[in-house]
Amino acid sequence: MDQFTFIFDILLPALMQGLVITLQLIVCSAPFGLVLGIGVAAGRQYGGPILSRICKMFVLLIKGTPLLLLLFILYFGLPSIGITLTAFTAAVIGFILCNGAYNSEYIRGALLSIKDGQMIAAQALGMTRAQAIRNVILPQALRRAIPGLSNEFIYLIKYSSLAYMITVVELSGAGKNVATKYFIYTETFMVVGIVYLVLVTITTVAVSILEKHVSVPGTSRSTSAAQM
Amino acid sequence: MNSNNIVLRVEDIHKSFGDKEVLRGISFDVVKGETKVFIGPSGTGKSTLLRCINQLTIPDRGRVWLDDEEITNSGTRINYFRQKIGMVFQNYYLFDHLTALKNVELALLKVRGMNKEEAREKALTELRQVGLEDWADHYPAELSGGQAQRVSIARALAMDPEVILFDEPTSALDPELTREVLEVMKRLAQQGMTMLVVTHEMGFACSVATEILFMENGVVAERGTPDLLTHDPQFTRMKNFIGQFNSYRGG
Amino acid sequence: MDALSILIDWSSYIATGIATTLGLVLIALGLGVLLGLPMALGQVYSSRPVRWAIGIYVWFFRGLPILVLLFLFWFGIFPGIGLGNVPAFVVGAIVLGLRGAAYQSQIFRGAIQSISEGQMIAARSLGMSRFTAIKSVILPQAVRIALPGWSNEYPNMLTDSAVCYAIGITELLTVTSRIVTQTYLTMPIFLAAAGIFILLNYGGLKILHALERKIEIPGFGSGAV
Repeated sequence: MDQFTFIFDILLPALMQGLVITLQLIVCSAPFGLVLGIGVAAGRQYGGPILSRICKMFVLLIKGTPLLLLLFILYFGLPSIGITLTAFTAAVIGFILCNGAYNSEYIRGALLSIKDGQMIAAQALGMTRAQAIRNVILPQALRRAIPGLSNEFIYLIKYSSLAYMITVVELSGAGKNVATKYFIYTETFMVVGIVYLVLVTITTVAVSILEKHVSVPGTSRSTSAAQM
Repeated sequence: MNSNNIVLRVEDIHKSFGDKEVLRGISFDVVKGETKVFIGPSGTGKSTLLRCINQLTIPDRGRVWLDDEEITNSGTRINYFRQKIGMVFQNYYLFDHLTALKNVELALLKVRGMNKEEAREKALTELRQVGLEDWADHYPAELSGGQAQRVSIARALAMDPEVILFDEPTSALDPELTREVLEVMKRLAQQGMTMLVVTHEMGFACSVATEILFMENGVVAERGTPDLLTHDPQFTRMKNFIGQFNSYRGG
Repeated sequence: MDALSILIDWSSYIATGIATTLGLVLIALGLGVLLGLPMALGQVYSSRPVRWAIGIYVWFFRGLPILVLLFLFWFGIFPGIGLGNVPAFVVGAIVLGLRGAAYQSQIFRGAIQSISEGQMIAARSLGMSRFTAIKSVILPQAVRIALPGWSNEYPNMLTDSAVCYAIGITELLTVTSRIVTQTYLTMPIFLAAAGIFILLNYGGLKILHALERKIEIPGFGSGAV
C-alpha cells in the first residue's frame, strides 16, 4: 500500500469521524466556558467578599491542576463517590471548568480596565447594578477580552485532544488507532497535526473577522494599547 | 400638596472620606424651574454634594427629598429617583461602546421599558434639542468634547427628569467648546428646567442662576441672587474668590 | 486516616514522580530559552528566509496539541531516525522544550521589539559591532522586560508535563494513577496529586517572582508594562 492510498482511503475517513467528536467536544464546551468565565469574573469583581473569594479560589485551583488530572478525577475519580459520568460528559465538564477559569482572568482584566464613570453614569440613569453590568460594562469588557478569549478557544481546540486519554476517540485518538493498526506513525500524526493547524487557522481568521465586526471606534485602540 | 413648589429638599448633609470632612451640614430647597449654581474653591465638596443628592455617594448624615418623598434610605427605590434626577458629569461618561443615539436610548429601553420605536423617537428628539441629530450614529470617540457633553445632556433629558445635576460640565472643555455647552444649558434654564450646577463659569452663574451658593470648607459660606452677591458689599469672601478666579483666568 | 497512611507508604514513589515532573519542566524550560532566544533574535534581526523558517516552526509547534506532538515524536520521528531506544523521559523533555521554544521565542521577540531603536543606534555610535550591541545592550534589557511573561511559561510547562503520562514517563500523574490502580483509593490520591501540582505551581511562581524583583532595575520596564 502506498502512502497516497493510506492517507486518502484509510487515514482521512477515520480522522473525519474523530473530527466530528472533536467538534462536538468544542461546541459543547466553549459556550458554557464563556458563560462560566463571565460569571466567575463578575463574581470576583462585583460579588461580596465571600463570593469573590470562592471565585478566586476556583480559578487558583483549576489553573494549578493539570487538565489531564482534572479529567482523571472527573472520569476515574468520581465513580468512587457514586457519580458516574460518560467519558464524553466528563471531558466536556473538564473543558468547561478549565476554559471558564482561564476565560475569567481575561474578562476580569477587561472589567478592571473599564473606567468607574461608566458604572456611575449608568446608575445615575436609574439602572440597577445588574442592569449596568449587563448593558454597559460587559459589552465593553467582552470586546476588550476578545483577543484573550480567542486564545483560550484555540487552547480548547488543542487540549480537546486530552479527551482521548479518558477513552473518547476524538481526532487524536482516531489517528492513534489508525497509526497503531498500520504501524504508520510519523505520517499519521503529521496529518492529524495538520488538521489541528487548519482548525486553529480557521479560528484565527474567524476571530479577526468577528473583531472587526464588533469593533467600536476608539475602544479597539485602547485594547491594543492595553495588550502591549 | 406642595404649595410652594419645592421640588428638591436637601437637609443637613454631612460626608467624610476617612478623617477628611468634605461636607459639614448643607441644607437648601430647590423650587421648580430654578437654577442653583454652586461655586467655590476646588475640593470643597461641591461634586460630592451632587452625588449625595442622587445617592451615588451615600451621605453620612442628612436627608434628601424629591417631591416630598425621601430619597435617602429609599432602598431599591433609589433607581426610580435616579430616573427623575438627571446627572451630567465633567468627563461626560458616555457609554463608549454605543453610538450617540444608543447612549440616549439605552436607559429608555432598559430602565423605562419603552419599545424600540418609542425610544428611538424620543432619543432623536433629545438629540435635536441639543443640536446633534446629525451625529446620532457616531461613537463617543468620534465626537468633540463639546458634542460628547451635549449628548450626555440629551441622555439625561431623555428620562424626563424633574431636576438635572450638572457636575462641572465644562471643566474638561476648551473655551470654544465650553460656549456651545453653556448655550444648551442656558436654553434649558429658560425652558424652565430645574437645574443644580457646579461650575467655575462666573459669566454663566451671573446670567443664569436664580441663586448662587458659595461653598467653602464643606459649608455654604454665602448665598444669594447674582445681583445681590455682586453688588452687596456684605459678600466679601465670594467677591474675593471671583476676583482671584478672574485674574487667574487672565480675564 | 487510612488514606494518609497509604500516602505515607507510597511517599518515596510519589517523590520520584515529583522529581521526574520537575526534571521534565526544568530541562524543557532551559531548552526553551536556549532555542527560543536565538529564534527571537533571528526573527528580529536576520534575513527574510530565516524569519520565514522560524515563523513556520513557531506556527507548527504552537498549533499542534502537546499530545499529538508527543505521539509524533515518540512513536514516529525518534524511531524513524533510528533513535527508538531513547528513553521516553528524554523524548518528553525534548518535545516540551521544542514546543516551549516556540512560545518563548514570541515572548522574547516582543521584548526585543519593545526596546527603542535609539539603544541600538547609541551602541553602534560607540563603535560596538552589531553582535556586541545585541549582546551587551539589547539583550540585558530585553530579558528583564520578558521575564514576567516568561515566568508564566513555568505553570504552563508544569501542567503540560502531565501529558507525558501518555508516552509512559513516570512523572507525577503516571505515579498517581498507578497508586490508584494498586490501592483502589481513588479520590484521596487524585486530590493529593492535585494538591502537589498546585503547590509546585504556585511555589515555583513565588520563586520566579522573587527572581524578577532581584534583577529589577529601578524605574526600568515600568513603562513597558
